[in-house]
Amino acid sequence: MVTTPHDPGSAHLDGNVLAGPLRELFAVDMTSARTECVGCGQRAAVAELETYLGGPGVVARCPGCHAAVLRYVRTPSTAYLDLRGTLTMTVPMPAGGAES
Amino acid sequence: MAITRGFRGRRLDADVELPPGQYLTQDFPVLSAGPTPRIDRDSWEFTITTEAGATHSWAWQQLLALPQDKPTVDIHCVTKWSKLGTAWQGVSLDVLLEQVESTADYALVHSHGGYTTNLPVQDLLDGQAWLVHQYDGEDLPPEHGGPVRLLVPHLYLWKSAKWVNGIQLLEQDEPGFWETLGYHEYGDPWREQRYAGD
Ligand SMILES: [Zn+2]
Repeated sequence: MVTTPHDPGSAHLDGNVLAGPLRELFAVDMTSARTECVGCGQRAAVAELETYLGGPGVVARCPGCHAAVLRYVRTPSTAYLDLRGTLTMTVPMPAGGAES
Repeated sequence: MAITRGFRGRRLDADVELPPGQYLTQDFPVLSAGPTPRIDRDSWEFTITTEAGATHSWAWQQLLALPQDKPTVDIHCVTKWSKLGTAWQGVSLDVLLEQVESTADYALVHSHGGYTTNLPVQDLLDGQAWLVHQYDGEDLPPEHGGPVRLLVPHLYLWKSAKWVNGIQLLEQDEPGFWETLGYHEYGDPWREQRYAGD
């Protein structure tokens, strides 16, 4: 099947737009967290993820292989965060935070 | 002109009953959860896999050779827009499924790019679902799911998978891309089944 993955008609945004939705869940800014893609192993900051906002939920994709690494839906009563496309997520923390 | 357009808008709104929580739109919004694939019609293929593992495939020319329907239907997106009287051309799922031996109750629809959505097989039968390849008299454009998308207009539009390439028939229900993430497993707009538990 012949496909062109980069299509100007479905332009995505960068992952900085995830700052708002994820602020509801996490105590730190998650856009500087780094994800490791299950599919291709590429590491990327959340801010670098190819992020689609228009549909029923938010889908953030790996800049290497375009697989979904983070999906988020906020219903009136529940937040759903799906990270099955992410092997690990590393989050920079304020120094000394673990002892305090 | 402005007065005429305003009057027509009001009359349309007054005459039409929409599912609860929906608003009427005249344009056709494009909602994307990923890059839009450009799929070559000559290499397009659609495969139904039964619960026993048997596969039945149709290529582009084989799809066109089957009896064609021209459904004109209202569509309802879970993001709250509805569009009335959309005109499509395609093949009824009745035609495809009558060539398949199966007693499965559930279907998991697959699309190019990995999207999935689930629905009961019953909702694919009896003139309720089509594989469509034309919209408004033209080839279905990629941003609306072309070359071929599923059309199941009695359910929210996320069930009408764009860039469809297969249906898996299953004995057990298996939730799809949005159904695993808080959206309703059935998605009847008239009962406002947006989210799990609605
Ligand atoms: Zn990747």
